[in-house]
Amino acid sequence: MRPLRAFGQAPRSSEDGTPPRALVVALVLACASLMLLDRGTESVVDPARQAVGTVVAPAQAGVAGAIRPVVELPGFFRSREQLRAELASLEAENAGLRTEVRTSGYKRNKLLELEGLTSTAESLGYALVPARVVGVGSSQSFTHTVTIDAGSAAGLAPDMTVLNNDGLVGRILRVTRTSATVLLLVDSDSTVGGRIGESMELGFLQGRGVTGGSARLDLELLDQKLVPAKGDTVVSWGSLDENGNAGGPYTAGVPIGQVVSVYASLRESTQRAVIDPFVDFTELDLVGVVVASGSRSDRAVIEADGSLR
Amino acid sequence: MRALFSTSAARVAVVSLAVVVALVLQTTVFPHLAWYGVVPDLVLLVVVAAGLVRGSQFAMVTGFSAGVLLDLAPPADHVAGRWALALLVVGYVAGRVRRDVLPSVGTALATVAACSFLGSSIFLLSGLLLQDTDATVPALLQVVVLAVVWDVVLAAFVVPPVTRALDRLEPESLLR
Repeated sequence: MRPLRAFGQAPRSSEDGTPPRALVVALVLACASLMLLDRGTESVVDPARQAVGTVVAPAQAGVAGAIRPVVELPGFFRSREQLRAELASLEAENAGLRTEVRTSGYKRNKLLELEGLTSTAESLGYALVPARVVGVGSSQSFTHTVTIDAGSAAGLAPDMTVLNNDGLVGRILRVTRTSATVLLLVDSDSTVGGRIGESMELGFLQGRGVTGGSARLDLELLDQKLVPAKGDTVVSWGSLDENGNAGGPYTAGVPIGQVVSVYASLRESTQRAVIDPFVDFTELDLVGVVVASGSRSDRAVIEADGSLR
Repeated sequence: MRALFSTSAARVAVVSLAVVVALVLQTTVFPHLAWYGVVPDLVLLVVVAAGLVRGSQFAMVTGFSAGVLLDLAPPADHVAGRWALALLVVGYVAGRVRRDVLPSVGTALATVAACSFLGSSIFLLSGLLLQDTDATVPALLQVVVLAVVWDVVLAAFVVPPVTRALDRLEPESLLR
């Protein structure tokens, strides 16, 4: 092995030292023009992003797949111990729930009536395309985005809702054939319509640009007289796309988080609630993308009734 | 002449491979090891290594291309050209170091620290200027400091292999 000093022994010919001034100017101008071209929502750089994504995303998916067993190893050992305890408590809970279900026929019938009313008004029919997170943006860039291994071939399109077992994750920004970039809820550019589950009150949730244990969202309510209670659950209120399908950004009814504290801003005369999101954004892996029921995909789609297609 | 041409082609191939591998590791493996969400800038380390061995011109072009790739590859969602500009400057600075003194381990580490600080700062400040980020200055400073520490730690694993691979491909080493 050569000592580290060896890098100094490279030849010092005049051709590699100082770069010609023209090259410096050209490269700096190239950077500046890239920045100018990439401003605004419909950027001319997007095709280039797509091309790079098409090449890089499969490599990311490959590496993410290769390291997944290693990443999941601590969880495997932890879960072995916890599973026994959890199993016992879940069995007890299950038994309790079963009794409750048996006695709640009346309540269920009332609910069914209501549900029938809403479902005649519109068939929501969520179907989920499963995908895995293969690339994660760093905090250095102050944008919180991830790459998932499903793209337009799986029926995905920009603005679709991404969720996981715990709740709302974010929305799709752009897709290539085999991958998609997802803007996480906690990004400071992300705004979601939220509804307090207990009072059905509407508001807007804004990310703070922080992930990890201290990840929080700010909720500003439209009705400023209303004070949300600590522990209230917030769900998305969502929108439909132009065809009336559940394809618009953020479908309705997806759980987002819980109110942890409420601030009253006297100056702006608004109520601001702080929400602790249900999703752990540092440990994202398996996610689902909401697509219209019956849409074409290159993989199995989880239909609204829970069946695989 | 043919030998010269093939070494420069091989050099470009080695650096491109190093940049792509660094990019993929930076977005897949290191997020699992992230420290307050900050991951090491492996791509920046490759550019610094190129500068230490090959001088400013080579490192500037490497930095620009690697930066464009970093700006465009998913899941990046910032204004394209920000990393390109930051790594361009990093390449220039790292290449200049080599002309003044022979880089020892200490000099190499100091170069990595300075370049990491410079690169992260240019990237973040350009974001502020372009109104691409609404982070506050204390938050930016914290991220820059964490990134510098990460980069110095990781430099030991990234810079020597890349410099050695490039050093082997020097035209002069064929004559030695």
